Amino acid sequence: MAATIRIPTPLRKLTNEQETAEVESATVGAAIDELEGKFPGIKERLVGEDGEVRRFVNVYVNEEDIRFLKNQDTPLKDGDDVSIIPAIAGG
Amino acid sequence: MSKSAGFMRALKCRECGREYPLEATHVCEFDFGPLEVVYDYDKIKKSMTKAALAKRPETMWRFRELLPVAEEPTVGTRVGYTPLVKADRLAKWLGVREAWVKNDAVNYPTLSFKDRVVSVALSRAKELGFKTVACASTGNLANSVAANAASAGLDAIVFIPADLEEGKILNSLIYGARVVSIRGHYDEVNRLCAEIAGKYGWAFVNVNMRPYYAEGSKSMAYEVTEQLDWKLPQHTVVPMASGSLLTKIHKGYQELIQLGLAKDTKPTVHGAQATGCSPISVAYKQGMDFFKPVKPDTIAKSLAIGTPADGFYALKVMKETGGASDDVTDQEIREAMSALAECEGIFTETAGGVTVGVAKKLVASGKIPAEDSVVICITGNGLKTLDAVQGHVGKPAEIKPSLREFEQLIESDNKIKSK
Repeated sequence: MAATIRIPTPLRKLTNEQETAEVESATVGAAIDELEGKFPGIKERLVGEDGEVRRFVNVYVNEEDIRFLKNQDTPLKDGDDVSIIPAIAGG
Repeated sequence: MSKSAGFMRALKCRECGREYPLEATHVCEFDFGPLEVVYDYDKIKKSMTKAALAKRPETMWRFRELLPVAEEPTVGTRVGYTPLVKADRLAKWLGVREAWVKNDAVNYPTLSFKDRVVSVALSRAKELGFKTVACASTGNLANSVAANAASAGLDAIVFIPADLEEGKILNSLIYGARVVSIRGHYDEVNRLCAEIAGKYGWAFVNVNMRPYYAEGSKSMAYEVTEQLDWKLPQHTVVPMASGSLLTKIHKGYQELIQLGLAKDTKPTVHGAQATGCSPISVAYKQGMDFFKPVKPDTIAKSLAIGTPADGFYALKVMKETGGASDDVTDQEIREAMSALAECEGIFTETAGGVTVGVAKKLVASGKIPAEDSVVICITGNGLKTLDAVQGHVGKPAEIKPSLREFEQLIESDNKIKSK
């Protein structure tokens, strides 16, 4: 199984400008760890020292904010789309 | 920074302080914190004196040094300087000694405070060489981007939630903008736009142009203060959607203090939300420094942002200035819209009902002491949200063109007789 993670512009320097990445993990939290394995340094940009997703980062699974799902425990299945988006926009 | 940066110095992350060049970019690469424009205040101090200001035209651009454009503005040059109305009858209704209404319901050209932010964003977008401008909007912003882009000869693409008020949709279409209506609420529109903005070379006013755009809101604070004869208001009540307007009004006051244009009288800033979308006011009441996102359900559609970008900073400003936050129900919103209309002859949209309604609550709870003075920021026009009051403000008395029928009517009609 594989889900697709869309990498936001501010993080693409870490992914050699790669816009998406495929992950096999079963949850969002595990997918972030898997991403760290592929692109070292990316996890600390997304997750704070307290283990929570950073204040200015929003994560969506198939267009739904994970804070309305199970946060980092939100399950991932084959074909899911994960978007990582800077929270500062709009209004 | 080069000479062409005007009074701007750089973009700077509010969280970590890293600086970036003055381009179309809005978040820090390191911590995703918001980028803000920093200025050369020493240079501004020399140029923006009260004597210089006295000679300038009455638009928001009289405060041009504090607005982030490098050259003279080219879009929306007549925006702002809306009336600050002394509202004695409304003060009575609110139960407070003195009230003023900053009336952006008559802002030029599209009847909302958004013309302020858009004229800055589009002027800057032209400086940066963009030909196409875009936005994610709850309605007023789309109207303003569409209109100002039209007059500037720019192409506009505006994204709105599909369930917007008819008036707000037509008010974008008329200017020839491409209107994309998204089946979802504003937060979903916003998320999509954040993804789109990275992909196309457009100036998204509230995404990649946000550091410039948001600064336009400060002009409301400058105008209010100058209109009060350079005295900062004791209390300001501001509606909160993303929370950006509130933080920028506060910043505007602080800049005037820093430049020596106003005395630091510790102005208090309060935030108003609709109960059906109140992530910031709920966080305030629970003493939290961060909000929990919500799914909006309110007639105040222009404030229906469940994941407010500046919610964290709005909470901080209220805490630092001794301000408070509260929220009002749909019914209270309509009552407050009627109160403002009946007391002051000002017809505001639902967001204005939120602001007036919350002001009343804050006076009742003592958060705004009854002996104080308050400025209420009215940000939009009631003619755009007629649907919200339809069926709630009575009906005309309909008669035949007959003197007899009119006399019968006047006999039985208290509303006419009482005058």
